[in-house]
Amino acid sequence: MLKVENLEVYYGMINAIKGVSFHVEKGEVIALIGANGAGKTTILHTITGLVKAKAGNITFNDVNLLKTPAHKIVGMGMAHVPEGRRIFQELTVYENLMLGAYTRKDGKEISADLEKIYKRFPRLEERKTQIAGTLSGGEQQMLAMGRALMSKPNIILMDEPSMGLSPLYVNEIFDIIKEISNSGTTILLVEQNAKKALAIADRAYVLETGKIVLEGDADKLMNDDKVKKAYLGE
Amino acid sequence: MQQFCEQLLNGLNLGSVYALIALGYTMVYGIAKMLNFAHGDIIMVGAYTLLIASTRSGLPWYVSVLLCAVVCCVLGVSIEKIAYKPLRNASPLTVLITAIGVSYFLQSSALLIFGSNKQKVDSIIKIKGFTFAGINVSGESIVTLGVTVIIMIVLTLFIKKTKMGKAMLAVSEDKGAAQLMGVNVNATISATFAIGSALAAVAGILYMSSYGFVGPYTGALPGIKAFVAAVLGGIGSIPGAMLGGILLGIIESMAKTYISTDLADAIVFGILIVVLLFRPTGLLGKKRVEKV
Repeated sequence: MLKVENLEVYYGMINAIKGVSFHVEKGEVIALIGANGAGKTTILHTITGLVKAKAGNITFNDVNLLKTPAHKIVGMGMAHVPEGRRIFQELTVYENLMLGAYTRKDGKEISADLEKIYKRFPRLEERKTQIAGTLSGGEQQMLAMGRALMSKPNIILMDEPSMGLSPLYVNEIFDIIKEISNSGTTILLVEQNAKKALAIADRAYVLETGKIVLEGDADKLMNDDKVKKAYLGE
Repeated sequence: MQQFCEQLLNGLNLGSVYALIALGYTMVYGIAKMLNFAHGDIIMVGAYTLLIASTRSGLPWYVSVLLCAVVCCVLGVSIEKIAYKPLRNASPLTVLITAIGVSYFLQSSALLIFGSNKQKVDSIIKIKGFTFAGINVSGESIVTLGVTVIIMIVLTLFIKKTKMGKAMLAVSEDKGAAQLMGVNVNATISATFAIGSALAAVAGILYMSSYGFVGPYTGALPGIKAFVAAVLGGIGSIPGAMLGGILLGIIESMAKTYISTDLADAIVFGILIVVLLFRPTGLLGKKRVEKV
């Protein structure tokens, strides 16, 4: 479904991504784990067109994403929940959710999907007229997820959904990711919380300073000595 | 009392023009994060268009108004495409200097085409004024205030209620996140320049109906004053631009009447300094935490 081949990304003179290749198949949950600065966020930003690649290939359902303008990608069925959530702080919860459906034209189904999202995140419904910037971190993360779901995506890229959240919220967020996956949406998950990420992923890739150093089934990686030492704190 | 009321009316009149120009400044700043110092000169282009269309060619007023709006829209969008778009990722200072360059370019072009002499533009407002309780209310005042109020209402509804308006708010807050929602940022910026320039055209027409003469530098001073109005109200804020413009007009008008004609501009700029000392973000500006 999503294929990244020999991706190279530069920030000025700095080579941030050094020939990364991976693929995501329909229905999978793929985790991309690694330390701060390994290039996880850069990869997601390159996939959705916010950062330009220097070399390599990214195809989504056989369409070349590197040649697709960023604003056209969500309409192709790919949503991105960015790092730091990046909800629209000055708009209401409802307005944020509706911006998620910006490219859709099926008015009736949009309302039906909005109801579904309110059902999944009751707190968002309670606060639908509230300014999004006043929500708590966990609620903002839910809003960012709800906003992404409003585009009716086939695949969601999630960037550090657990960042800065209390343990209670972290569990809740991972439960929700699991639910989204169970309802048939493919997920590419970037996380520093390797333990949690590996627990829900089918396969995973370990990224170190712009390169993939390990890949494989999530349960195998979980028992890998190197992974245990470096990322699971055992 | 009668004098006070008349000056208040004058101030509202002038303030409406400032507010319309300030809206363009503030919208472009909010969305493209740049100060378009060529914005004032769009008014001048609008005024010259009016001169040619209405005073010289005798076209009906609605055709002239439409022509002014179209010419200014096309000019504003072209300036953005040619001069600012290639600098989208350049430093703010580069863009600022470019904007000043565009301003000089427009003024010099007008100087070449029309010469340095100011030319008389006939008012296209034919409505008769009236006297109420000894206060003269001119036709120009009625139209200026009416048009400004309508534009403000329509613009507010447009931003709050339409998809395009929401997209503008989204882009102004976070371009990247807006793109992830599927918003075409370049198209949104073009639309903002188009709206801002059309408002400048209207401001130019109203300004001409009260002041009557156009020269190559006609847009410079109202442009700067409108910029002050936008900063006073809180740059980036649409209600702020409206409030700032109206306040500035009233202050200027009152200062001219009750203090000194010569000092009026100094007082206007002095107030800006004082307001910024106490409220650096302007009257209605919000403090936004910049995230890296």
